[in-house]
Amino acid sequence: MSQTHAMRDKILPVVTILLAVLVFWYAAAAWLNAPFERDTAARAGTTIALTDLLKNTMMQERPVLPAPHQVFAELWDTTVNKPITSKRSLVYHAWVTLSATLLGFAIGTVLGIVLAVGIVHNRAMDRSLMPWVIASQTIPILAVAPMIIVVLNAIGLSGILPKALISTYLSFFPIVVGMVKGLRSPEQIQLDLMRTYDASPAQVLTKLRWPAAMPYLFTSLKVAIAISLVGAIVGELPTGAVAGLGARLLAGSYYGQTVQIWSALFMAAGLAAVLVLVVGMLHAMVLKRMGARP
Amino acid sequence: MIPSPASVISARKLGLTFKTADGPVTALTGVDLDIAKGDFVSFIGPSGCGKTTFLRVIADLERPTDGTITVNGTTPEDARRNRSYGYVFQAAALYPWRTIEDNIALPLEIMGTPPAERKARIERVLALVNLTGFGRKFPWQLSGGMQQRASIARALAFDADLLLMDEPFGALDEIVRDHLNEQLLKLWAQTNKTICFVTHSIPEAVYLSTKIVVMSPRPGRVTDVITSTLPKERPLDIRETPEFLEIAARVREGLRAGHSYDE
Repeated sequence: MSQTHAMRDKILPVVTILLAVLVFWYAAAAWLNAPFERDTAARAGTTIALTDLLKNTMMQERPVLPAPHQVFAELWDTTVNKPITSKRSLVYHAWVTLSATLLGFAIGTVLGIVLAVGIVHNRAMDRSLMPWVIASQTIPILAVAPMIIVVLNAIGLSGILPKALISTYLSFFPIVVGMVKGLRSPEQIQLDLMRTYDASPAQVLTKLRWPAAMPYLFTSLKVAIAISLVGAIVGELPTGAVAGLGARLLAGSYYGQTVQIWSALFMAAGLAAVLVLVVGMLHAMVLKRMGARP
Repeated sequence: MIPSPASVISARKLGLTFKTADGPVTALTGVDLDIAKGDFVSFIGPSGCGKTTFLRVIADLERPTDGTITVNGTTPEDARRNRSYGYVFQAAALYPWRTIEDNIALPLEIMGTPPAERKARIERVLALVNLTGFGRKFPWQLSGGMQQRASIARALAFDADLLLMDEPFGALDEIVRDHLNEQLLKLWAQTNKTICFVTHSIPEAVYLSTKIVVMSPRPGRVTDVITSTLPKERPLDIRETPEFLEIAARVREGLRAGHSYDE
């Protein structure tokens, strides 16, 4: 009974959408890759039959839009068939990006929480800091990333940290905004209660503001982890494309390896989905421990 | 005038004017009042009469702008810092992420009570409000009346001699309210605390109090102080006796006289 419900309510809609996407994708691949086949035939002075044309558009070396099976074959080949220490393994590149993502996310989370606590407790910080926090996000990260990499390199910092700091630059923002709102979310009556106990500001923070801010924190964390990944990928672009998903994207575009680009994109999307999912599971666990209504 | 030493609360010419965007609003003016130890005092009046404001002044949640007030012989601020009162709000204001016993433990944690003693106190106050066995529940698992009882238990946990209650049963239905009133009287008899109780229900005020303070709005002031002649032992059906009805009539008269409406 419940299985058929799960089938009808969850699996069926997902599968339907997936099939629709696949059909659209194949059609688009055939349409976009066909001109190359016609040109090739025309240059050879021949014409090409429709069935051959369709067949060829699905197996080009450097298609405009690779067909789904080409991307998945590449994904399979570069994850399962290559040792993960190999520079040709997508798992290796994903790990390079992931480690920078997680480090940057961790720094961004701590920084965001510290700033939010300061902003909530100190009027001067609220007035002076918040405009800068917002202004920081209006600068396009693509413009800032190379400068951060170059400047940090000049002072002898290279490797994972510069990339992580670009993740931090993006991810601290939703944490600050969410946590300021969350730490200010307790109602007046709950704050008055603390006052009747003559509670210290530290006690109000740990026993009231912090637990009240948890739902806001996790919502922010979900956004922050996803843009941390974007930050790490962007941070890899100006490094000369040594390693990481960003490097795969850049190398792919240098050499017209569209299949490689698409498989790196899918890897990045999959990674983001898993990261958001993990944060979501943590959220559910914390809510359960905090006695949320099931 | 010097406050009499027996008074728990002593107010002289107390006034409070709020500055608002529409100009000053006088919430309280010229309040002279003495509350003795062990009294059960009800503050009754229409909304805007300053009864909640007066309670908040006692609790140092608002600062008076005129006159003087002492709580336990000191300023309200010192009284608050000495944790000399428990406050029960209109809403239970339980922290939803804490179980009932952890909510009751909150003031004890803040005041640094050792864990072993905390446990004993939680058990004792849960029994006082008839919630034994509900300590492990989260607030949402309890009814509104039970939540309010838990918030009373929280106010009792640290054994302050003074209990300030701001319309604690205002949001509950009549039957539950009767029941809680009865329990509150028992609790008062058992603990011998001084209780200040804000309400807008005449029967509730008369049933519970040894002293009824009638207040009127615009500006908020005390119009009558009635000392109850009812015995300390009060079954619910005391509300049908002539003595009870007589006091209720005087309260109603006081409320009507203080009304500034023209109709």
